[in-house]
Amino acid sequence: MTQSVVVQVGQCGNQVGCRFWDLALREYAAVNKKGLYDEALSSFFRNVDTRADGDAADISRGKICSLKARALLIDMEEGVVNEILQGPLRDVFDSKQLITDVSGSGNNWAVGHRLYGCQYRDRIVEKLRKAAERCDCLQCFFVIHSMGGGTGSGLGTFILNVLEEEFPEVYRFVTSVYPSGEDDVITSPYNSVLAMKELSEHADCVLPIENESLFDIVSKINQMTKSGKLGSCVKQSSLVTSGGIKPTKEKPFDAMNNIVANLLLNLTSSARFEGSLNMDLNEITMNLVPFPRLHYLVSSLTPLYTLADVNVPSRRLDQMFSDAFSKDHQLIRADPKHCLYLACALLVRGNVHVSDLRRNIERLKPSLRFVSWNQEGWKTGLCSVPPVGHSHSLLTLANNTCVKHTFLELKERFMRLYKKKAHLHHYLHTDGMEQSCFSEALSSLSDLIEEYNQLDVTNCGPAIDPPRLKIAM
Amino acid sequence: MSVITIQLGQCGNQVGREVFHAISKDLHSTHGLCSRKENDAYQAASKERFFSQEETGVPAARAVLVDMEPKVIGQTLSMALKSGSWKYDDQSHFCQKQGSGNNWANGYCVHGPKHKEVIMDLVQKEAEKCDRLSGFLTLLSMAGGTGSGLGAFVTESLRDAYPTLFLLNHVIWPYGLGEVIVQNYNSVLTLSHLYQTSDALLVHENDAIHKICAQLMNIKQISFQDVNQVIAHQLGSIFQPAYSSDGASQYSRSPLGDLMEALVPHPEFKMLGLRNIPQMSENSLAFSTFAWPGLLKHLRQMLIANAKMEEGIDWQVRPPLPGLPPSQKQSLNRTAHFNTSIANLITLRGKDVQTADLGGFRDPALYTSWLSVQDALAVWKTPRAFNKYEKSASLVSNSQFLLKPLDGVVAKAWKMFASKAYVHRYTKFGIEEEDFLDCFTTLEQVIASYSSL
Repeated sequence: MTQSVVVQVGQCGNQVGCRFWDLALREYAAVNKKGLYDEALSSFFRNVDTRADGDAADISRGKICSLKARALLIDMEEGVVNEILQGPLRDVFDSKQLITDVSGSGNNWAVGHRLYGCQYRDRIVEKLRKAAERCDCLQCFFVIHSMGGGTGSGLGTFILNVLEEEFPEVYRFVTSVYPSGEDDVITSPYNSVLAMKELSEHADCVLPIENESLFDIVSKINQMTKSGKLGSCVKQSSLVTSGGIKPTKEKPFDAMNNIVANLLLNLTSSARFEGSLNMDLNEITMNLVPFPRLHYLVSSLTPLYTLADVNVPSRRLDQMFSDAFSKDHQLIRADPKHCLYLACALLVRGNVHVSDLRRNIERLKPSLRFVSWNQEGWKTGLCSVPPVGHSHSLLTLANNTCVKHTFLELKERFMRLYKKKAHLHHYLHTDGMEQSCFSEALSSLSDLIEEYNQLDVTNCGPAIDPPRLKIAM
Repeated sequence: MSVITIQLGQCGNQVGREVFHAISKDLHSTHGLCSRKENDAYQAASKERFFSQEETGVPAARAVLVDMEPKVIGQTLSMALKSGSWKYDDQSHFCQKQGSGNNWANGYCVHGPKHKEVIMDLVQKEAEKCDRLSGFLTLLSMAGGTGSGLGAFVTESLRDAYPTLFLLNHVIWPYGLGEVIVQNYNSVLTLSHLYQTSDALLVHENDAIHKICAQLMNIKQISFQDVNQVIAHQLGSIFQPAYSSDGASQYSRSPLGDLMEALVPHPEFKMLGLRNIPQMSENSLAFSTFAWPGLLKHLRQMLIANAKMEEGIDWQVRPPLPGLPPSQKQSLNRTAHFNTSIANLITLRGKDVQTADLGGFRDPALYTSWLSVQDALAVWKTPRAFNKYEKSASLVSNSQFLLKPLDGVVAKAWKMFASKAYVHRYTKFGIEEEDFLDCFTTLEQVIASYSSL
C-alpha cells in the first residue's frame, strides 16, 4: 500500500491539520479493533518504538507501539504549533517534524514565499526527505494552507515548488482555504492571487474551500440539532465529539475545520480500506483533470450529519446523492448544477451498492450539464468501510466551470487594491519581489478564468461531432 | 489438457475468483443427474483443466494473479482459502504497492516492461505443473489501467513466449456510464492491441449482465459480486467439459483449441459473445421445468435479434430471405436489426441432450455466404447437468453483436480525442497521438469488417 505525507503550513493549515489527525486517529481506532499496525494505518502513520533513543527504525508489523503522524508542521510563528504540542495530540508529533519561527509573515505573501522560502529551504527539504524515506511507497503530499495570509499562502506555495523539484513523481494535492469577502486581512486578495499562480503551475490537484461555505454548513448542522424535530440528538461517541459532550472545549473554528478534515479522510478512504470498486489517489487526477491547469475540484460532503456529532434518523439514501449536487452543500460558494461539468467523481463509503450508484447517476444526469466530449464523465469508487458511527457517506468531486466565479471575485478584489497600487510597497521591499510578479500572477489568473469561459462558450451551441476516420474497403 | 488463467487488475481478479468458485461448485455438485461413470469422467476432465492437485489435498487453481495494488489480491486469496474446496497457489501471485491509476499507458509502457520477467516466471511455473497445456485465458477489464494496459502487455508477452499455444482474452466491457472517465480511451487502446495479438476476444458487457441480475435473477441491490457470479456461471457453462462431436468417447481434450477452431475461421473476425439459457435465481429454479425445443427456440431468437437474455426478446426479427443480392440483404439486415453470424458454438448440458434438435441453427440464412453451415455451427454436448440446471444451453457466437457498443466506444473516444482532453496523461508515459490514431484505425477496420457481413 502507498503512503501520504501531510504538510500543514501556517495558522489555518495547522489548525485544519490538527483536526485531521484527531479524526484520523479516531477513525482508525474504530476500524482497527485488534490493535495491530496494518497497511491501512501505515498510509498516514508510522509505528515507532519510543523507548529506543534517537532515530529508531519503524516497526512495520505487529502491535501498535507509538503512532507518529506522517506530517510536517510549518509555521512562522509559534502559537498554534505550540498549542498542538501541549494538546492531546502531542504524542503523534515529535520535534523533528516541526519548523517554526517567531516573527510571522505579517500577512505578506512575499515574506512567506521569498524571505522565509530562501531562509528555510534547506531545512524544509531535509525534513521532507526524512519523511519520504520512512515511506515504503510515497504516493502523495497533501499540502494544507490558507490563501489569504502570509505564511500559508506564501511559504505554502513555496513548498509546493520544492516538492515538485525534489519529488517530481509524487502527487501534490493541495487543500486551499480561500478568504471570504469580509476578510479582515486587507492584503488577502494580493496574497491569494500571487498564490493562485503557483497553484495553477505546480499542483496536481487543488481542493478549494471557502470559509463562508464552511460557516453556512456548520450553521445548518446546528440548526438541525437544535430544532430537534428530526429526532436528532447529540451522539455520545461519534467521530467528531471530543471525548464526551463538552461543547465548551470546542474552539470556534473546530467545527469548520472538522469538515475539511472529513474531506481528506473520505478522499483517501478508498485508497486505504477495502472496497468492491477501489479508487486510488492517482485515479482522481487521471479521471478528473482533462487539461493540466484545470485541476481545481469543487467538493461536497453528504449527508451533513456525518460531519457533526448529531444522530439524525437516516433519510432515503437517494437524498444523499441529490444533496451532493445542491448549491448549499458545496465547500465553496458555487452552483455546479447551473454550470458546466468537465468531469465528476462520486466516492461512496459504507453500505451502498453498485445498483444504488447506477440508479442515482441515471436519475441526476438529466439535470446536469456535461461538456460535449465527456457526456459520460462519471467516475465512481466504493469503499466498504463507512465513516465512524454512520452507515454511509458520499464525497463528490466536480471539475466544474462554476469554480471560476470564486476566481472572478478574487480578481475583482485584487483589482480594487492594485489599481491604486495600495500596499504594494510592503511587498516590493522583499528581495526578489518585483511589480512584474503582480502582473504575471494577475494574467495567470485571467488566463485561467478565460479557459473556463471558453469551455462555457463553446458548449452553448450545438455540438458538432468530428468526422470519423474512413476505412478503405 | 489444461488451461492457465491469468487474472489481471481488480476486475480480473474479482471475476477470476468467482469463475473458479463456480467451477469448483459444479465439480462437486450432487445434481449431476448422470451416471457415476459419466460424472467421474467429467470431474477428472474438469480438474485437469482448471486445478492442479496439491499435496495438502486441496486443489489449487491453475492461475496467476496479477495486480499493481495489494488490496484485491489479498482479499481474493483469503476468500478462496475460506471456501475449503479449492485455493490459489500461495506463490502464484504478483502485486505492487501502487495501482496504474486508470492509465492504460502506465500499465502498458511502465508496469509491463518493468515486471515482465517476474510475471512470465510465474506463468512458466504454472505451465510446468501441467502435463499438457492447451493455452491461456486472461481475465481483464478494459476500463482501468492495470487490467487493460498491463493486460495488453502480458498478452503480447504470452504470445511471444508461447507462440503455439492458444490465447483467449476474456474482456469485461465497462458500464456505459460511471466507472472510469477515461474508459473509452483505455478501451480503444486495449481492444486494438488485443485484436492484433490474441486468438479471440470473449466479451461480457457489464450493462447486459447488470440487467440479467435485475430481471432474471431478481436481485434488488446488485453488487459487483452478483454481476461477477453471473459472468462466472456463463464462463463455466462453456469451459466445463463437453463432448465435441456425436459419438465421441472422450471429453474434448483441447478446450481452447476446439473453441477457436469452431469460432474463428478468419483472423479478421475474432469478437466472441456469450449468452445462455435458462438463467434464474435458485428459488425460481426449484419450481421450473424446461424442454429442449423451448430453450433452443428462445436461444435462436436471442441470437438473431441480438438479445442478451431471454426476457424482452424482439420476436419480429427474422432471417433475410434467401436469394437476395448481398447489398440489398445488408440494408435489410440493418433495418430489421438482424444479427448475422460468422460462426456459432452451442453447448448443451443435462437431461436428454441427445434428443435436442438444432435444426433452427442450421439455417444458412443465419450465416455469411462464405462459410457453409457445417463449418459455421459447432455443437458440444454432455448429459452431465451444469450447476443445478437440469438442462442448459450456452451459445458462443462470432457475430455482429458487438458492433453497436464498439461503435459507441470508438465514437466517444474519438470525440474526446478531437478536443485533446486527457491526452497529456498518456503522452507522459509514452503513448503519443500517433499511437492513438493507429488504434482508432485498427478498430474502424474491425467495425467496417463486421458491418459488411
